[in-house]
Order: sequence, then structure tokens, then C-alpha cells
Amino acid sequence: MSLELYITQQIINAISLGSLYALVAIGLSMIFGILRMTNFAHGDMMMVGAYSTLVLQSLGLDFGWAVVVGIGLGALAGVIVERVAYRPVRGAPEVTLLLTSLAVTYILENLGILIFTSSGRNFPIPDWMNSAFQLFDGQITFTQINLLTVALTAVALGALGWFVTRTDVGLGMRAAAEDMGAAHLVGLDVNRLIVAAFAIASGFAGLAGILWAAQAGVVEPTMGFTPLLKAFVGAIIGGFGSIAGALLGGYLLGALEVLIVAFLPSEVSPYRDAIVFALLIAFLLFRPNGLLKRVQEVKL
Amino acid sequence: MATPERAPDALVGKQSAEPLLRVAELRVNYGAVAAIRGVSLKVTAGEVVALLGANGAGKSTLLRTVSGLTRPRAGRILLGGEAIHRLPPARIVRLGVAHCPEGRRVFGTLTVAENLRLGAAARVDRAGVAADRERIYAMFPILGERRTQPAGTLSGGEQQMLALGRALMARPRVLLLDEPSLGLAPLLVRQIFRTLAELKADGVTMLLVEQNINLALDLADRAYVLRTGEVSLAGSAVDLKADYEAVAAAYLGARP
Repeated sequence: MSLELYITQQIINAISLGSLYALVAIGLSMIFGILRMTNFAHGDMMMVGAYSTLVLQSLGLDFGWAVVVGIGLGALAGVIVERVAYRPVRGAPEVTLLLTSLAVTYILENLGILIFTSSGRNFPIPDWMNSAFQLFDGQITFTQINLLTVALTAVALGALGWFVTRTDVGLGMRAAAEDMGAAHLVGLDVNRLIVAAFAIASGFAGLAGILWAAQAGVVEPTMGFTPLLKAFVGAIIGGFGSIAGALLGGYLLGALEVLIVAFLPSEVSPYRDAIVFALLIAFLLFRPNGLLKRVQEVKL
Repeated sequence: MATPERAPDALVGKQSAEPLLRVAELRVNYGAVAAIRGVSLKVTAGEVVALLGANGAGKSTLLRTVSGLTRPRAGRILLGGEAIHRLPPARIVRLGVAHCPEGRRVFGTLTVAENLRLGAAARVDRAGVAADRERIYAMFPILGERRTQPAGTLSGGEQQMLALGRALMARPRVLLLDEPSLGLAPLLVRQIFRTLAELKADGVTMLLVEQNINLALDLADRAYVLRTGEVSLAGSAVDLKADYEAVAAAYLGARP
């Protein structure tokens, strides 16, 4: 097998994995940007999206529609969590928000276990999605679901890019993330902006959860935990609070993980997660603002 | 200590028309500290009123309270006779109060054009918004040249122009200006105040907080001097300019 093709294969893998991290990291970063809180319950929107899709399919809904409604329910769950759990403690010390989001995580995950039991379930997807593309006599292989992951992520990111640069609500979200006080002063309805941020972020997480489950073939109530931690690392690497940073960090992290498994000795592979989290510590120590440092205005 | 509110009112003389903005017996606390201790003032439509006083006298707090960013402990704020002191900031902007804050506070990661657009976020008349935007580019040509540039890359003076333009984009009934000259080179300060004078000629109502007494009194019709959260002196700009000793005394706390 030629090295070029091997590298191409790994790039495909990296983009596919990075897309999932980016989808989750962007939402985490959006919410942090506007509320200055780390929303640990964000990963559970993946569970909501994936289980909703599962249930809707078992009720006879077509897969495509189940995905659409699943994303919508993920978004709705995020909005409800914001309204019920976070808004009452808004303005409280950061640690209060942090603990609240941890509590929400436990509640949601245990709710999932209560309804669906803690054991994993098969996540059925249409057969065609599992069909593989083989190029160069099978030296490069990827499945439809890989392709779909990359394509849907690209669509979602494109839509987000349009939203935050072309619409009043999107511009307002960026403005509020930069200076909440000034956002109030120009008359932006900050509550509405926060709801919009939660809806988009949680919808993205729902989509990520569905794609994650589709790739893994199984769903379980705690499925959001590991991707959340990884997305958190990605968001920190890129610069927490910045959408572009989260995008960059998510893909870099995907690339890094693939790199560790594909190019380092196989004895190293089991330490993949340890390496990733060591990277997090390194960034927090030496470059806490991430790669895309937010422009800090000198204010008089 | 401070002169009671009666004296300033007597200085100003009663106006028969209901003022556009009326602040009545306002009290604001920051925690246990009283920042505003019973301030009453009014701004009539078309008038420019300056709010003078030393640092910490409560000038910015007063503007922030009018905008709804800070809640009063007691007292009332009326805009065109309607009580606004319990409304959220977004509602107050919609009712016609725009606040050009201290330190400019433009959105640095957004472009000049996007900053102006957000200034008009509360408005629905698209044609009017577009016309106002062109008016602001005509007022400050440099902003037009840099409309696609992130506001964070502008100079301090340009950011002040943008902050003013952003506030004007709300087409306010009353414009609150907090230290527009702060940190700017003298040339830019003159340019900003020339623009403010043009706005005044156009009939824009302003409540201006300014450290530079001369500039403020040249522009304003009337002025109030605040000291430790109370009105220590009030009068027409012409009278106050003619009596610097009284103004200085009002600043420093000696009996006028």
C-alpha cells in the first residue's frame, strides 16, 4: 500500500472524526461565549438527538425525518434546560452555573437510564449508509455514513456561518458574546439571543449524537460524556468562546487522534485519550486563550 | 452641604411643557453605597443638557439607570410622561433612549457596518435604517471607508465616531452621551463636538456627561453639577460659564 493513499485514508478519517468534535465544540463555545458558562449538559443533547431518532424510527418514521425531528428535539431540550435550570441562576457566581450544569447532566443521563436502561441499544440506519466506497482497489475505504457526516457538518457550518454574519440575531449573538453590557445598551433582546444560542448549539449536538450513533451502531445514555470532554479540549485548543476557534480545534483534535492511532507505534494507541488530555493541560498552562486568541480591546 | 433641589429648579425656571425626559427623586445604590442620592432633573425636547461633576459623582450611574442597566432604589424616570425605570434595557431603547457609553464599547470583532446595523436592531423601517446609515457615513466619511473593517482595528477617535453612529442608528428621542471626549486627541475631540453641535442644530435631544467643562458648556443649553450623588448646582450654560467659581465650588463641595 502506498504511503500517499494511506495518508489520504487517514485524512478522510480525521475529517470524519473532526466533524463530530467540531459540531459539539462549536455549541459548547457558543454557550460559553454568551453566558460565560461551561455547559456540561451539552453532551447530553447528543443523547437526546440519538434516542429521539431511535424512538421515532421504531414508531415507523422514515430515517431522514427521524433525524430532522431528532435534531429539533435536541434543540428543544437545550432551550428547556436553559429556561428551567440556567436562567434562574444567571448572574450567580460561575461555580454555581458550573454545578448547575453538572446537576442537569446527572438528571438527564439518569432520566435516559430510567427510560431506556443503561445498556446500549442498536442504532439502526438504512443499509445504504453502511455501504462502502472503495477507491484504488480498496486501499481507500469510507462508508456512506462517513461521507454523510462530513457533508451534513459542512451544511450545518455553512448555515451557521451565514446566520452569524447575515442575520440580526446572529450578529447580536456575536455582539453579546463580546460585550454583554453593550449588547443591552444597543437594545438587543439578550434573552432571545441566549435562547437562539442554546437552540443552535443543542441542535448541533443532537446532529452530532445521531451521526456518532450511526457510526458506532449503538446508543447508550452516557454516550455524550466522552465526546463532550473531547469537544471541550477542542474548544480550548481553538480558543474558548470563539466559533472559528472551536471549528479549528475540533478538526485539529480529530486529526491528532487519527494521527496517534495511524502513525505512532501500536503500543501508543491505547494512550490516545491520555495524550489528548495532556494536550488540554498543556494548553491551559501555556496558551489558555487557545490558538485563535480573542481580540482583547483596550478599554479606557 | 449640598444645596437642596429647590435652588437649582429656581435657577432654571419652570418650563410649562412636559419634559421629554424627567428624572424625579432618583436614588441608586451600589450594594451598601449610595451612588445617587435623590437627583431630579429634566431634559426638554430639542435641548442639550450637560451633566458635570468630579469622578464618582454619579454621572455615569445616572445614565446607566436611565438606560435600565442599573435599577433605582427609589424615584422615577419618565420618558415623554411614561415611566421607564422598571423596564428592561431593550424596551427602553425601543421607546427612544440611545446610550453612547463611556469607553465607546463598540463590538470589536464585528465590522463597522455590522456595528451600525446592530444599533438599529430595534427598528423595523428598513428604508429609514438604510438612509440613516448613509447619513452617518456622510457625517463620518472614515467610517464609510472602513465599513467592512472590524471595529477593533479602528483608532480611538474612529471608535468614538462609530459608538456615536451606532447610538444614532436607533434614531433616539433622547441621546445619552457618556464622556465622548475621553482619551481622544484634542483634534478629534473638536471634531466629535462639532458633530454634536450639528446634531443639536438638527434638533437631537441630548443628555451629556463630560469632564471637559468648557466643551460641555459650549454645547449645552443647561447643565447640572453632581457631587457625591446629589445635584449641587444647576443653571443655564451661559450663566454657569459666567460664574466659574460657583461651578468649581459645586464640584469641590464648598458652599456656593
